[in-house]
Amino acid sequence: MDLTKEIKDSVLTTTLDALWNWGRKNSLWPMPFGTACCAIEMMATLGPRYDLARFGAEAIRFSPRQSDMMIVSGRVSIKMMPVLKRIYDQMPDPKWVISMGACASTGGFFNTYTLIQGVDQFIPVDVYIPGCPPRPEGLIEGLMKIQKLIENKEKVYHPNVEDDGMYGDSHVGIDGRKGDFVPEVVTGKY
Amino acid sequence: MSITVKNVSLPRGKSWIDNTYVIPVFKGLMLTFRHLFKRKDVLRYPEEKKVLPPNYRGLHMLTRDDQGREKCVACEMCSTACPADCIRIVAGDGGWEDSREKHPVEFEIDELRCIFCGMCVEACPEDAIDMTDMHNLADYTREDFIYNKERLLGVYDEYIKRHPDHAKRRDGVFKKMMNSSYFTVSDVEKAKHGTGH
Repeated sequence: MDLTKEIKDSVLTTTLDALWNWGRKNSLWPMPFGTACCAIEMMATLGPRYDLARFGAEAIRFSPRQSDMMIVSGRVSIKMMPVLKRIYDQMPDPKWVISMGACASTGGFFNTYTLIQGVDQFIPVDVYIPGCPPRPEGLIEGLMKIQKLIENKEKVYHPNVEDDGMYGDSHVGIDGRKGDFVPEVVTGKY
Repeated sequence: MSITVKNVSLPRGKSWIDNTYVIPVFKGLMLTFRHLFKRKDVLRYPEEKKVLPPNYRGLHMLTRDDQGREKCVACEMCSTACPADCIRIVAGDGGWEDSREKHPVEFEIDELRCIFCGMCVEACPEDAIDMTDMHNLADYTREDFIYNKERLLGVYDEYIKRHPDHAKRRDGVFKKMMNSSYFTVSDVEKAKHGTGH
């Protein structure tokens, strides 16, 4: 790892990181976690009218291993939450989460004991979209916000590989994030 | 009941040309190719935006009267009607130089919990709360979605610049709806005379 320290601040790696982020930004493959009516609106966004393919995010991956961005669209009950957490943990880093609609973001008007009052209590959410359900424009706006996040590198989530517990809660910190911000290009640990 | 045997034959084309599957494939590709030159139905969202009707239920706003004063009297009808409990009002005495009984000291709507049903707008006796056509809201933190009084009044100021005749347009749509065949004659009569249940 001496090499890592040597090239950490060099021009080459920062440029490479920008290039990588440019690639990530324009090919966000979503993992749909559609549990309710927001998922219908998500499908409408993917359809020909609103055409999410214009943003490079049309390749819906039903395997979390192949996806970059999770769209939580719909109500998440207490029984469903371990499933969501597990799918989130199975996604390879770096990963982003969109919380779509009132129910996923805050519980909406289902303020009951069965429903998770916001999935951000368990997984780090990057972008929230209000609405019940949001229009496709809202989801596109959320996706553009994620792209902006990736562009501004300082907010991109690079996990700390050292204490990576696959099923632990090591990912969630007080601000929803934990880990150092060293680009994995220079850590060379993958 | 005895068992009957049904003979199913493979579907065949009308002629031997169809059975080769070569020409039909090209026929299909021609259809795809022709669509390249047709009108595209894609709404290129960030550049072109859909024009929404004036009674669209988007982001809330707190309206002002013609002198620029807030109309809200903090009666809390909206927060009572709200099914999602997303409106919080703290009422204070006075307002408009003590010509009114109450005014809202604090007025907060959690837009992330709101389900945009429009009950608050219907409940408001002063037409103080109304809805805009702003729907493309997405942000990074939950705190960004808590709209306080100043912000909601700011939404009004911004919205009324774009649609100075908002109330008139919206009422026009409702009038059109009432006169359309969607409602029966008795519904319209009931609404006119207020003899509903």
